[in-house]
Amino acid sequence: MNHQPQIIWKQIVPGGCHWSGIIRRGTTLRLTDVDGGANAAVLFFNQEEKLERYNMADTLKSQHTFRLTKGHACHSDMGRIFCCITADTTGWNDTVCGLSDTDMIQKKYGTARFQEHRNQMFRSGLDGLLIELGKWGLGIRDIVANINFFSKVTTDTSGELAYQSGHSKSGDYVDLSFVMNTLMVLSTAPHPLDSKKPYQPGMVNLELFNTPPEAIKECLHISENIRALHNAQNFYCEGVK
Amino acid sequence: MNTSYLHTSPFNPEHAVIDEVCAAGEPWVKQVKQGQTFRIVDLEGNQAVDTLFYNAHNPEERYSAADTINRQNKLYLSTGSRLYSNLGNIMLSITADTCGQHDTLGGACSAESNTVRYAPEKFPMHSCRDNFLHALAHDPLCRELGISKRDLPSNINFFMNVPVTEAGGLEFADGVSAPGKYVEMHAEMDVIVLISNCPQLNNPCNAYNPTPIRLLIWD
Ligand SMILES: [Zn+2]
Repeated sequence: MNHQPQIIWKQIVPGGCHWSGIIRRGTTLRLTDVDGGANAAVLFFNQEEKLERYNMADTLKSQHTFRLTKGHACHSDMGRIFCCITADTTGWNDTVCGLSDTDMIQKKYGTARFQEHRNQMFRSGLDGLLIELGKWGLGIRDIVANINFFSKVTTDTSGELAYQSGHSKSGDYVDLSFVMNTLMVLSTAPHPLDSKKPYQPGMVNLELFNTPPEAIKECLHISENIRALHNAQNFYCEGVK
Repeated sequence: MNTSYLHTSPFNPEHAVIDEVCAAGEPWVKQVKQGQTFRIVDLEGNQAVDTLFYNAHNPEERYSAADTINRQNKLYLSTGSRLYSNLGNIMLSITADTCGQHDTLGGACSAESNTVRYAPEKFPMHSCRDNFLHALAHDPLCRELGISKRDLPSNINFFMNVPVTEAGGLEFADGVSAPGKYVEMHAEMDVIVLISNCPQLNNPCNAYNPTPIRLLIWD
């Protein structure tokens, strides 16, 4: 995308922090890895009925993919699309490795409490999402396999995983064009398989703009996405096209 | 597939405390106590067995695909694999497996995802999530635990083959399983097992023909 879209709002999420908010359909959220090496762990919920949530299995099965990138969509467990990935300069976002928890963070990086470290304290991905979910009346029961934007994990034929360090570079970005009103929760804690020490997770910038008219077409070369988009339109009573 | 994962079990079906058959397309719920051994037998081959586990004493603790994957750095399950909970605890360990590979990614079919994956007309077809929801509504163990749709995460598909390529592609290949193949696991805590014996007619995971499974538990 060459032209600069008109930004509606922006938000900085420092490394190791967390954020949540409602993203309206018709808008696009750009996540930017400011310094390189960031991880953005994300879950999506239907704003009106939060029992409907991002579904890893349906997303992967519908698109016969293990990674997410431009041209893919993020599917709900109700046969609908939350958002289409309409730009991605990284080419690969992890779909299966989940979140770090307090134990993992402590074993890998040690402990850094607020008392001594102020806002440089160490927070896990799970705790970040639990804090954000709590703000919307949700909790541990609502945590399912999430997307890790900016992180690349490959597999060999035996299923052995390999975290690819240095994958995301400074300025890399992913555009999520929403077709449903969506509660998004986000943590910028380190990816669970990132072996890099010390605890220095990267900052992620959020910018929202109106979705360009043609953008969604990026995802409609997959017929499963056309049907899931219709299902989403039906949810908003836009009728069958 | 690595054949080094193939391990047969010393347990004799005659000594099992539970020995039941679950018909194609039906749910099945039981408690497996810590220390017990639980076996699922693919009676006719190529049957996908959609399976979830819950801590029998804490409904918020349940099988987690992401924790199982990231804590072992591995996508597929076989002998030696541990099934982790969302709280990072080992729920069960796979102690024997004559199939060699089980899927962590494919999740359950649902009426809604059938409309996306196959065609809008598939909506009325029977699905695994319908099975899960039927069990949640009727089964005494599920009702006692107090779990609902909110507590349905991504499940294991025993006997299912979902190969992922190095380039990041994912396929539904047909079976690595065959009649009589089984997987057996040791319970590390008291668990409730919730199974949907998949009624899927649209893809090779069931060889387009859902069949019964056999379930055994030993003390
Ligand atoms: Zn199924």
